[in-house]
Amino acid sequence: MTANKKKLGLKDKYRYLTRDLDWEPSYQDKKAIFPHEDFEGIKITDWDKWEDPFRLTMDAYWKYQAEKEKKLYAILDAFAQNNGQQTISDARYVNALKLFLGGISPCEYQAFQGFARVGRQFSGAGARVACQMQAIDELRHVQTQVHAMSHYNKHFNGLHDFAHMHDRVWFLSVPKSFFDDARTAGPFEFLTAISFSFEYVLTNLLFVPFMSGAAYNGDMATVTFGFSAQSDEARHMTLGLEVIKFMLEQHEDNVPIIQGWIDKWFWRGNRLLTLVGMMMDYMLPNKVMSWAEAWEVYFEQAGGALFKDLERYGIRAPKYVEQSTIGKEHVSHQAWATFYQYSQATNFHTWMPNEEEMDWLSAKYPNTFDQYYRERFTFWREQQEKGERFYNNTLPQLCQVCQIPTIFTEPDDATQLSHRSHVHEGERYHFCSDGCCDIFKNQPQKYVQAWLPVHQIYQGNCGGADIESVVRDYYNINIGEDNFEYLGSPEHQRWLQWKGLNPAVAPLPKAS
Amino acid sequence: MTVNAIGAYEFPPLDLEANFHGNRLLYLGWDRHLMFCSPFALLVDPAMGFAELCEQVLRPAMAAHPDTAKVDFSASVWLLNDQPWSPDFAASLDANGLRHKDMLRLQTPGLNGLGNSAS
Repeated sequence: MTANKKKLGLKDKYRYLTRDLDWEPSYQDKKAIFPHEDFEGIKITDWDKWEDPFRLTMDAYWKYQAEKEKKLYAILDAFAQNNGQQTISDARYVNALKLFLGGISPCEYQAFQGFARVGRQFSGAGARVACQMQAIDELRHVQTQVHAMSHYNKHFNGLHDFAHMHDRVWFLSVPKSFFDDARTAGPFEFLTAISFSFEYVLTNLLFVPFMSGAAYNGDMATVTFGFSAQSDEARHMTLGLEVIKFMLEQHEDNVPIIQGWIDKWFWRGNRLLTLVGMMMDYMLPNKVMSWAEAWEVYFEQAGGALFKDLERYGIRAPKYVEQSTIGKEHVSHQAWATFYQYSQATNFHTWMPNEEEMDWLSAKYPNTFDQYYRERFTFWREQQEKGERFYNNTLPQLCQVCQIPTIFTEPDDATQLSHRSHVHEGERYHFCSDGCCDIFKNQPQKYVQAWLPVHQIYQGNCGGADIESVVRDYYNINIGEDNFEYLGSPEHQRWLQWKGLNPAVAPLPKAS
Repeated sequence: MTVNAIGAYEFPPLDLEANFHGNRLLYLGWDRHLMFCSPFALLVDPAMGFAELCEQVLRPAMAAHPDTAKVDFSASVWLLNDQPWSPDFAASLDANGLRHKDMLRLQTPGLNGLGNSAS
C-alpha cells in the first residue's frame, strides 16, 4: 500500500472519494451485480469516458449544504415571526403554493427515489456518485419546501394533507403519473426523462415562474427556498446534459432509442407544464411575465440552441415541438377554465380574472384571448354576479397518458378539441393529442393499467356514492373551506379582516 | 414496439367493462361549446333508452349553457367514434350499438357557443 499525503489536493480527494470507491468484482459476474444496465438496449463501451459534471465530494457536499440550510431556516423563522403571511400581495397568491405543495413537492420525493435507484444500477462509479448526490438533493428539497410552506398551513386552507392528496386527488394524478412513468422505466430512460428532458430542457419553466412569482408577491419564504435550491438545480442541469452526451457518444445504436425518449418526455413535460402556465397567467396577483413569454425565453430560445448543438449526434428537435409553439397561446386559458369549473373538487380556490387582468391577458395573448376565451370568462363572471357561479357537475374525459382532461384544441383549429382515440386489443382509449396517442401506441402495455381518477371513481374505488363524499372522505378536502370559489371564501374573509376591512360590510370586489 | 422490461410485462387493462358493475362508460362532447372544458365522461346503464339519455342525462349536464334550451337532439348531427351516426331514439344504448368507452360527438348546427366564439 502506498502512503497517501496527509493533506490531499482537491483533485486527489475527488479521485479517492468517487472513482476509487469502485472495484472490479472477482467472484461475481458484473452483469449480475448491475442487472438493469442492458435491457433498454443502450450500449456503454467505456464508463471511464464519463465526465463528472460537478467535482463535488461528499464531505464538501455536507459542509456546503449545511451552511445553505442554516441561512434558509433563519429566514423562514424570521418570516414566521414577522407574520410574513400578512404582507404577501394578496391571499389569492397562496393558491399557487397549494398547487406547488401538492403537485411539485411530492415529485421531488419521487425524484429522490428514482435517483437513489439508478444510482445503484449503473456499473460506472462516476455516474453512480452523481445520481446518489442528486438523490440527496431531491430529498432535501422536499424537506425544505415542506418547511417553507408549513407556516402558510397555519393561516390558509387546503395545505393540510398534501402527501395523501398527491396519491388520490384527480388533477394531482397528472404530476404523479409523470413520475410513476419515469420511475418504472429503465435507468437510462429515467435519466433521459428526468435529468435531461425535465431538469435540463424544462426546469427553468418550473422554477423561474414559481420563484419569481414568489418574489413579485412578497413571499420571502419561498423565494429563499428558491435561492437555496438554485445551486443544486444548476448541478442537476449539468448532469442532464452530460448524461445525454455520454450516451450519444458511447454508441451510434443509442441515437434512435434516445430520440424516442426525447420525443416522449418532451411531450409529457410540455403537457405537465400546462399547470405552471395556468399558475403564471391566472394565480399570481402580481404577474411576472406571461406563460407564452416564458415558453419563448426558456424553451424556444434556450431549447432551440440546445437541439442545434445536439444535431451533430444525429438528434433532432422533439416530435410535435411545433404544436407547443401554437399551444403556448392557449393552454393556460384552457387549464384555468378547467379548474374554475371543477373547483368543487380542488384543494385550492379559483376565480375569474377582473377587468384589469383580462386586459393584461388580451395584451399578452393578442392572437387568442379575445377571440377564444374572453367571451367565456365574461359570461362566467356575469353568472357569478347573478349568484349562479358556474360549476361543471359532470366528470371529465381524461387522456389515457398525461391524465389531463381532454381540454386541448387542435393545433390548426382552436374551436375544436384535439381528441384522439385508438383501439388496442379490443379496448378503446382516448387521448388529448397526437403526442400522447403516440406514446400509448409505442408502449400500450404500460398505459392500459393507468389509474385514471374519473374511471376509478366510477368503479367505486374511491369510496362515496357521490362526488361530494369522494372529495370530502377520499381526498380529505374540507368542503366549503378548501374548495370552491375564492370570492367570499373563509380565506378571502380572513384576508379582509387582516387588512382591516370588515368582511360583513366590505363589498366583495366586483368582478367587473 | 412493446415495453422493454426486466421480465414478463402483461397486465389486464384497468378499465375493462367488467369493472364497472354492469354499467358502461360513454363520452359525450358537444362541438363548438368549449365552455364545457372536455367531453363528459358518463357512467350509463346499457339498457337506458337513447331518448332518456338525451333528456335525463345530457340536457341537465349541459344546462348551464344558454344554447342548451335551443338544442333539439332529434335534429342534431351525431358522430360515433368520429364516424357519421344516427341514433334510434326509441332503442336502448346497447341496441344502438354503443359500446364501453365509445365517444359521441354532438353537433348542433346554428348553435355556435357564447357570442359565436365556440365557447
